[in-house]
Amino acid sequence: MTTPLAPPPKKNPQKRTVSPTSPPEMRSRASLGLSAAAAEGRFMLQVCGDCRTVQYPPRDACCNCLSVDLPWRDVAPDGELLAETTVRTSTNLYFRERAPWRTGSVRLDAGPTIICHVHGDVAPRSRVVLTNRLDRSGQGVLLALPETRTPNMEDDPQLRAMTSDPKFRRVLITDARNPNAPALALALAEAGASMIFVGLSETWRPDPNIAALEAVPGVEILPLDVTDTASVNELAGEIGGKTDILINNARFIRPGGVLERGDTGFARDEIEVNYLGLMRLAQAFGPGMCSRTADGVNAAVAWVNILSAHALMNSVDYGCFNASNAAALSLSQALRAEFRASGLRLMNVFVGPTEDDWHQPLPPPKVLPDAIARDVVKGLRDGLEDVYCGDVAKDLIERFRAGPKILEREMTGGGA
Amino acid sequence: MPYERYSIQTAHWWIARALKASLDSAGLRPGDLDGFSVASFTLFPDTAVGLTQHLGLCPRWLDHIPMGGASGVVALRRAARAVQAGDADIVACVSGDTNHIDSFRRMLSSFSRFAMDASYPYGYGGPNANFALLTDRYMQDYGATREDFGRICVAQRANALKNPGAVMKKPLTLEQYLAARPIADPIALFDCVMPCAGSEAFLVMTVDEAERRGLPYATIAGAIERHNAHAEDPIQLRGGWTVDIDDLYAQAGCAPGDIDLLQTYDDYPVISMMQIEDLGFCPKGEAAQFVRDHDLTVDGDFPHNTSGGQLSAGQAGAAGGFIGLVEAIRQVTGQAGPTQVKGAKTAMVSGFGMINYDRGVCSGAAILKGAAS
Repeated sequence: MTTPLAPPPKKNPQKRTVSPTSPPEMRSRASLGLSAAAAEGRFMLQVCGDCRTVQYPPRDACCNCLSVDLPWRDVAPDGELLAETTVRTSTNLYFRERAPWRTGSVRLDAGPTIICHVHGDVAPRSRVVLTNRLDRSGQGVLLALPETRTPNMEDDPQLRAMTSDPKFRRVLITDARNPNAPALALALAEAGASMIFVGLSETWRPDPNIAALEAVPGVEILPLDVTDTASVNELAGEIGGKTDILINNARFIRPGGVLERGDTGFARDEIEVNYLGLMRLAQAFGPGMCSRTADGVNAAVAWVNILSAHALMNSVDYGCFNASNAAALSLSQALRAEFRASGLRLMNVFVGPTEDDWHQPLPPPKVLPDAIARDVVKGLRDGLEDVYCGDVAKDLIERFRAGPKILEREMTGGGA
Repeated sequence: MPYERYSIQTAHWWIARALKASLDSAGLRPGDLDGFSVASFTLFPDTAVGLTQHLGLCPRWLDHIPMGGASGVVALRRAARAVQAGDADIVACVSGDTNHIDSFRRMLSSFSRFAMDASYPYGYGGPNANFALLTDRYMQDYGATREDFGRICVAQRANALKNPGAVMKKPLTLEQYLAARPIADPIALFDCVMPCAGSEAFLVMTVDEAERRGLPYATIAGAIERHNAHAEDPIQLRGGWTVDIDDLYAQAGCAPGDIDLLQTYDDYPVISMMQIEDLGFCPKGEAAQFVRDHDLTVDGDFPHNTSGGQLSAGQAGAAGGFIGLVEAIRQVTGQAGPTQVKGAKTAMVSGFGMINYDRGVCSGAAILKGAAS
């Protein structure tokens, strides 16, 4: 059983904040397949297209038949811990600061032997399940977990170092008026977040969400307008030093494609909120969060954008709105690269059409606020970078991977 | 050539020093060499090619051996074949590396692609962590204890105290070994080699050439080499020697009982135990009992790593793959001085190298005989 995490003590402002350090980041190109799989929490390895041999470490040619056809496939993650060690000293600063560190050698039932991180609750020479997680350098690494859940297992220091678990962390949700805000706040409170700041624009304007939010323990509603640089900077000045997770759920949405709208009025608002809003928040909160990624139990850990799944591929009924989300997606990739050195994780949650007023004319399935909240918390707990929330988003990414150009044609009904 | 813990010099400098000492003692000039073989990790961006110009050599046969701990035996095999085939008359085999502050850390980070992808991101324990895993499994499967590994280390320290070139100068007791700071369980401080700067060299030529020049010499009774053996073993408890060992004894026309001294590759004591088994001195899994039953010092009944080996003389990068071989040549030619084993005529040398991912990939061994035998 893992020793439960203790709530962090109040920070001593006279003490130096620990500088972020990274585990080794360099990988071969083949190995990046592991990181891509870890970004969405999948355990995948290369499997030879010719002889089906499962490969590890990642390679450019099959170690059994020399085939160069080595696609990444979901593989059964079960295996046996053959041997283990506890590394007590390392020339790498990240591990030196976190020693002792448990690693082991696991024989996967599917074939290869895998050197991996080992969860504290794994018994010596026992059966294990491997998971593929992003470490603080943003690369996929394999971690052996016990076959069955153990009490407080998410508090294991090695596991927590790879996740963005909200427990004992302070979260900012940027838009109280979004229909998903109360569900998000409640899910985070249930996940153990210690404080939940929620930004509210035009504070004089009533909203039924406010009462729902105030009923959630730990919630504090603060003025925030993501279209107003001064407002964003003011809030960052107030709570930027204690924002461990930022969830950007601000959204401006109107239906319509380019010709249907006839002007750029709404498009300007969409860009202000959905694209420039993200940029303002990043410029105000990003540097502070990046400097606090090694700050103990409640170190800054993740930045979450809630995006339309159609950021991946436009759908003309909300064509202009989708374009603003595609801009935000592109910006998030730049931001993720800028966060990389600090270890701050950027998670995009791609959401299909949501159950709200603006999507009223669309047929089901539509995503409920609870589903978004559940996937956000799960994504944080699993330390993901990409989450596909709802059936439409899952369908869309599958089609996107099969062929983006085919998907583009399908979006306008050309596929029977 | 005394090793140094840290050096401000380069690999080029260390290689030149060993080469010069070797040539001087043989009464040769650089121009007499027509074959040159190099093993080094820290020459970058140079290779053996750059060294020819740097050192003013003009060989007609040139080799660069990136095999770490196996480089000595492999260099010997290749050079001997070149001389046998007439591609070269006199080959100098040299290995050397420098050790700057921080150079070990930087060398680790660029060691191999599999290590970069699949071993270093896991705690970055370097070779210590890899061998800790093998040691853990070896102890569980064969009942070896820390005391057993300690016997190897303590005996080698006793040998090193007789070797003026060794880095380690203080005596080591079994109690000190057992009480040492843990590094990567079950490996502790005295299980680990000390990275240092140093170089080793030997010359390969025909018997006729050596006799014509009046040089003491050893002959190669047999030599084997194998890479990536037993890839199907989930964890390494045996090395490539097991594939070829019968062939080695057949080449040499002798048996384990005829070996007067053994030089194993000792980056960690568990690897020495693996070699004692795989080279036929005892059955698999019984090396622990073997080291309990034998005295491994210079004066003992099973002289082993008589110069102190890497564990006590130091690991000078790729020179770690040469240290046992050079010591074995000194032993069978009666030139080992303070570490001389009385009456040593036949020596076995074993090499093991390159933890590419989870195990040592290269292995080799050779049996050397003194001229009189």
